[in-house]
Amino acid sequence: MILQAIAFYLFAGVTVASAVMVVFARNPVHSVLFLILAFFNAAGLFVLLGAEFIAMILVIVYVGAVAVLFLFVVMMLNIDFKAMREGFVSNAPIGVIIGFILIVELLLLVGGWTIQAPAIGAIATPIPPINEVTNTEALGHVLYTKYIYLFQAAGMILLLAMVGAIVLTHRTRPGIKRQVIADQIAKGHMDTVSVQKVPSRSGV
Amino acid sequence: MQDLNGLLLGYLPIVIFLGIALGFATVMIVAAYLLAPQRPDSEKISAYECGFEAFDDARSRFDVRFYLVAILFIIFDLEVAFLFPWAVALGKIGMLGFWSMMLFLGLLTIGFVYEWKKGALDWE
Repeated sequence: MILQAIAFYLFAGVTVASAVMVVFARNPVHSVLFLILAFFNAAGLFVLLGAEFIAMILVIVYVGAVAVLFLFVVMMLNIDFKAMREGFVSNAPIGVIIGFILIVELLLLVGGWTIQAPAIGAIATPIPPINEVTNTEALGHVLYTKYIYLFQAAGMILLLAMVGAIVLTHRTRPGIKRQVIADQIAKGHMDTVSVQKVPSRSGV
Repeated sequence: MQDLNGLLLGYLPIVIFLGIALGFATVMIVAAYLLAPQRPDSEKISAYECGFEAFDDARSRFDVRFYLVAILFIIFDLEVAFLFPWAVALGKIGMLGFWSMMLFLGLLTIGFVYEWKKGALDWE
């Protein structure tokens, strides 16, 4: 199907281009915006593969939440563009060497990657055909019963992340006056008004 | 491969919609550029009378509390993401599937109670 091929190359091309722009954009906020574009196009690629659920989760979780988190991190740092570019030339050789080593390692890994035929046969739960069972439903059939331990472990990890985030970043600020509605309602006139006995010919 | 095509055909309206949106936006910008009279003036882009000149960079540091709110949002976002397949497949997965999700929600409710009691949801 020619339309599918066009869509694939469009999504893939924009993904790669925006990923490059994430690295090369001068403004870190622009980098994050390009990252969001890359996420969107990756979601498009997943749809082309027929993995609808992952595509939608990519949009909800990565575009909706993780990108916002990245933006906050970028804005939390004190961005000084001049200071960021300061040691660029002196650090460039080390960066190039490390990048080169990394790309050689990646090429060796991916180049030597073969999927053995028995491995495909050993897939624990075969994917049902798309026209019978939707992606989301197929996932739901196994995730909560067959992989219950992994599912509960995910819940534990989320709980841990919640507690960890609060412990690390939350601090109570002393001296802040909060509205306590229960106290306001419970307050009677006896607490606020008092009758003074005023002797005649003198003030209070 | 036939069923995949059927799935992708379902996305055709979105593609058409995106195409129309893109074309519409392009036409608006290009038409404004071509048709509107353009007399650039430095006064037009300066701050309006009652505003004052910017005296500081807008890129100041944010409070870490925004970050905490974002993280807590992500966690509950993921929780909701787990709920979707569960809701779709609930009729087939029986009591075990139901209670496994209840346990999961219970765990996160513990976290929710913790953050509520800690005051992480209060702004000031």
